[in-house]
Amino acid sequence: MTEIKASMAGNVWKITAGEGDKVESDQDVVILESMKMEIPIAADTDGTVKELKVAEGDFVNEGDVIAIIE
Amino acid sequence: MINKILIANRGEIAARVIRTCKDLNIDTVAVYSEADQKAPFVSMADESFLLGPPRVQDSYLNTDKIISIAKEANVDAIHPGYGFLSENGQFADKCEHAGIRFIGPSAEVMEKMGSKIAAREAMEKAGVPVVPGTDGAVVSSDEAIDIAREIGYPIMLKASAGGGGIGMQAVNSDQELTKAFESNSKRARTFFGDGAMFMEKKLDHARHVEIQILADRYGNAIHLFERECSIQRRNQKVVEEAPSSFISDETRQKMGDTAVKAAKALGYISAGTIEFLVDEQENFYFLEMNTRIQVEHPVTEEITGLDIVEAQIRIAEGKELSISQSDVKMDGHAIEVRIYAEDPETFFPSPGHISKFELPEGKHIRNEAAVTGDYDVTPYYDPMIGKLIVKGSDRSEAIARLKEALFTYEIEGIKTNIPMLKTVADHEEFKNGNTTTAFVETYYLPMTKTN
Repeated sequence: MTEIKASMAGNVWKITAGEGDKVESDQDVVILESMKMEIPIAADTDGTVKELKVAEGDFVNEGDVIAIIE
Repeated sequence: MINKILIANRGEIAARVIRTCKDLNIDTVAVYSEADQKAPFVSMADESFLLGPPRVQDSYLNTDKIISIAKEANVDAIHPGYGFLSENGQFADKCEHAGIRFIGPSAEVMEKMGSKIAAREAMEKAGVPVVPGTDGAVVSSDEAIDIAREIGYPIMLKASAGGGGIGMQAVNSDQELTKAFESNSKRARTFFGDGAMFMEKKLDHARHVEIQILADRYGNAIHLFERECSIQRRNQKVVEEAPSSFISDETRQKMGDTAVKAAKALGYISAGTIEFLVDEQENFYFLEMNTRIQVEHPVTEEITGLDIVEAQIRIAEGKELSISQSDVKMDGHAIEVRIYAEDPETFFPSPGHISKFELPEGKHIRNEAAVTGDYDVTPYYDPMIGKLIVKGSDRSEAIARLKEALFTYEIEGIKTNIPMLKTVADHEEFKNGNTTTAFVETYYLPMTKTN
């Protein structure tokens, strides 16, 4: 089980994988938006999205857990 | 005559425009979002009006609201700054219909230069060299390979709808291109809703050199020399200087003449910038034209002694250029660095509360600041919170002053790129003028990994 964390503070702009979806390593799970910059947050292992901790429009701080991959 | 101007922008550029207006005895109107209530530019203006919530669609891009405020405040003209509505032809048209002058070129020229394809065509017609590449969208990786073989590798693959470096990748072979085409096209679709790609020849060891021009409505056009802005991160400029330490006087003259010729061919009116890529042999190729004031305009002002905002206002008033080409002289060397609220190694934005903001001061130092020592940097807008401009009698003196100024530049509470700027200013390759567009990846990033 691995946690995907926000690499910067910002708003959750798009969620590109839902709970229960299979994802591969390097696949984008969430796209954050801050200061006119969109930063994709990718899974770092193959697995299944067990839990999404955020919804589109949420504000996250750097280091916050975004999703759990199992 | 223009007696009152609304500045449809925020941050340091709004403050910059207000300053020149004060010098010219022109009244100013600021417009601001809820997130910018405490920003310095708001209190600097003679009058200020709240636009709405922080999101740009509700504030700085809300054209109807801006025009209704402009009418209510009875302004003569709107200065759009850079970004936001500055290159929006529809907004310029709306201003004119409301009887308010838009400080910038015609909507038609703006629209033409805003389209990658139309701009290339117009420049080719005006006899300006363009980077070899596609004139339209490439739809499949097979088509991309045919084109790549014709142009020759390396190739820059770019998303037509792209920005901020997303959907953009350099490729060196058919194999790499096939893979990169699929992944970037897919990413562009996710981000921009459009997977169309185009391709350009990638120029190795290239520099970004741009020419500032001024043109009035009577067909007079002049250039104010070049700015070199090669040091970039995420395809955004970080360090800008004038003059370029690389190009020869002969190339300088040729680029200036070419830019003036292009401005005249376009029927361009106002201040504008023609951006070029320059290769190792000093061949130059048109990249794009910015039909507005640019972030880095101060370095040109520092070496020429001219005020570009004043020139924009006078041209908008219908005045003739007050100087001719032979009056424009270059004196000394100026360097600008952009201060970004971001991590100095990953370049990710770092919004938050600023608890201390102390600027270097001195005769050769110019500050353009967007924030104060007790200020919330919000995630809604560009991460640039200020610019530091230094001047020296030559480049090495300017670099020495830059280093000194950066060491007294103090910001607490958020992360900034100042550590990166210090490293760059102190780097041998920067001092040697080895400032290609690959500077950050070649020299800076490897240093952050070993430390």
